Amino acid sequence: MSWLLNALAQGSMIALIALGYTMVYGVLRLINFAHSEVLMMSGYVAFLVDDRLLGGYQHGGTRGVLISTAVAVVAAVLLGVGIEAFAYRPLRARARGATARIAPLVTAIGVSMLLQSVAQLAFTATPQKFDPRLAPPVGYVVLIAAVVMAGLYALVHLTWIGKAMRAVSVNAEAARLMGIRPSRVIAVTFAIGSGLAAIGAVLYSTTQASIEPTMGSSIGTLAFVAAVFGGIGSIPGAMLGGVLLGFLGELVKFTSFSGMKDAIVFLLLVLVLLFRPAGLLGSARARRSSRRAWRGRARTFAPSTGGIRRACAGS
Amino acid sequence: MRTAHPFRPPPPDRDEPLLDVAGIEVRYGGIRALTSVSLHVRRGEVVALIGANGAGKTTTLRSLVRVVPWSAGRATFNGVDLSPLSTEEVTELGISLVPEGRAIFPNLTVRENLEIGAYLHRNKQAMQESLEDVVKLFPRLGERLAQEGGTLSGGEQQMLAIGRAVMARPSLLLLDEPSLGIAPKLARQIFEAIRAIAASGVTVLVVEQNTRLALEVAARGYVLRTGEVAKEGASKALLDDPEVREAYLGGH
Ligand SMILES: Nc1ncnc2c1ncn2[C@@H]1O[C@H](COP(=O)(O)OP(=O)(O)OP(=O)(O)O)[C@@H](O)[C@H]1O
Ligand SMILES: [Mg+2]
Repeated sequence: MSWLLNALAQGSMIALIALGYTMVYGVLRLINFAHSEVLMMSGYVAFLVDDRLLGGYQHGGTRGVLISTAVAVVAAVLLGVGIEAFAYRPLRARARGATARIAPLVTAIGVSMLLQSVAQLAFTATPQKFDPRLAPPVGYVVLIAAVVMAGLYALVHLTWIGKAMRAVSVNAEAARLMGIRPSRVIAVTFAIGSGLAAIGAVLYSTTQASIEPTMGSSIGTLAFVAAVFGGIGSIPGAMLGGVLLGFLGELVKFTSFSGMKDAIVFLLLVLVLLFRPAGLLGSARARRSSRRAWRGRARTFAPSTGGIRRACAGS
Repeated sequence: MRTAHPFRPPPPDRDEPLLDVAGIEVRYGGIRALTSVSLHVRRGEVVALIGANGAGKTTTLRSLVRVVPWSAGRATFNGVDLSPLSTEEVTELGISLVPEGRAIFPNLTVRENLEIGAYLHRNKQAMQESLEDVVKLFPRLGERLAQEGGTLSGGEQQMLAIGRAVMARPSLLLLDEPSLGIAPKLARQIFEAIRAIAASGVTVLVVEQNTRLALEVAARGYVLRTGEVAKEGASKALLDDPEVREAYLGGH
């Protein structure tokens, strides 16, 4: 039973971070490699606020962690939206043709490396650790993640901005004809993804990982794999992918292959993608229905990776 | 349909055309798709824009909603110059386009597609009223509100696209080939709906290849040929015009 809960906790933390990758991919068709650094930075913010300002476990206690988490979420939102505004948006307005696909990707990798170096300089490479007594019980981790994800689901399905997000993700140009400003939707998407990553980062670093400049690449990669596993662009897919990876990781611990956990995860990913190239919950349905939607002569409004860039160029 | 437009004040000058397009030129790279298009639509009018494949009908509509820029000419809506505006801003002024190929959101339900049409207003009550109007106009949509947009038939998708545009409560509705790929009987129904929308006070500019159907509903028409207006006149005159009959009505 506790094993099950452990696996679920692992999985939901991965899922929280995977959502940021998948949501940004959904609206921009961009793998935001800087997402892992947003995660790392928000880990630092939470730790520093808790440890330096609120006096760690001694003085701050659980309340301290809650406050520092809130600060980390705000910082992550600002960082994520800032990256979008300063690194990706100018490219979207300018890039044309073949470079339009590559340039943002290279920029994402660049931003990721830049932030890692900044963290090295600012915080040094020495790993930092939350007081282990601050770690929430496993059940709480699962509960927090579940509540946050239910909130996300409600937001995406019940609010105007959520509907706008789904509209932009499938056809940005048509969305603009409804008066939706894709640039605003994109900013909100980055904000949400980054905020979720901050929550994931705090859960991760209080329960197991230490905070260091490279923490983004290890946890972030796992989350990215989860997003691809579940079907990148699909929100339920990221949740499912995260939980599956959580279970997988815990299962491997029972075998003599525990040292090869990451290799096994990737092997499985390759297998899944061989049979379901769009991932488990990937856009199979979307592809099917969009084929109907664009049947006939839909050249000018067909959804494509180029569509959003063209559609957003003026916004 | 309610006739009033609760979101916009009545226009100041009744005589000036609602949409006034003067000598618009559009280039795609080096190719000139529109050489010089001039047309106008007065308040309350239904105007048809007809022409062969590739004549530039879609380009004309897309340029009016600022999806493609024009390189020369001028267009005003309600006296407002459209050239500095973005697509969203044009939409906010009260122009709605039902695009060629419909471009409904296949991943959203029919209800959500309609709701997102009212995005500009984002008002629960006004939206509910508009939704009822649309369902009255297209009862088939009412039966399918919970269904995903992408699972609708082509004709239903066209209804949804029109309904979605109506949800924005536009003062000018632009329609790009609403009968495209639709059986004649259904096409007729769709044009009846367009007639009803117009009767509720919405000004309409409709692009069609089904010339007869379009000219039956419209009072006036423009014939577009290779990026220029080749002919214009009252629908009746165009229907009787030997050249138009020859080229666009199959010579009958
Ligand atoms: N995105 C584009 N890039 C380059 N050329 C284009 C583009 N869109 C349209 N054109 C060209 O502009 C001209 C006018 O096209 P447009 O789509 O406006 O014609 P249309 O009258 O709507 O035709 P149809 O009846 O087939 O829909 C055509 O020669 C077409 O090839
Ligand atoms: Mg066309």
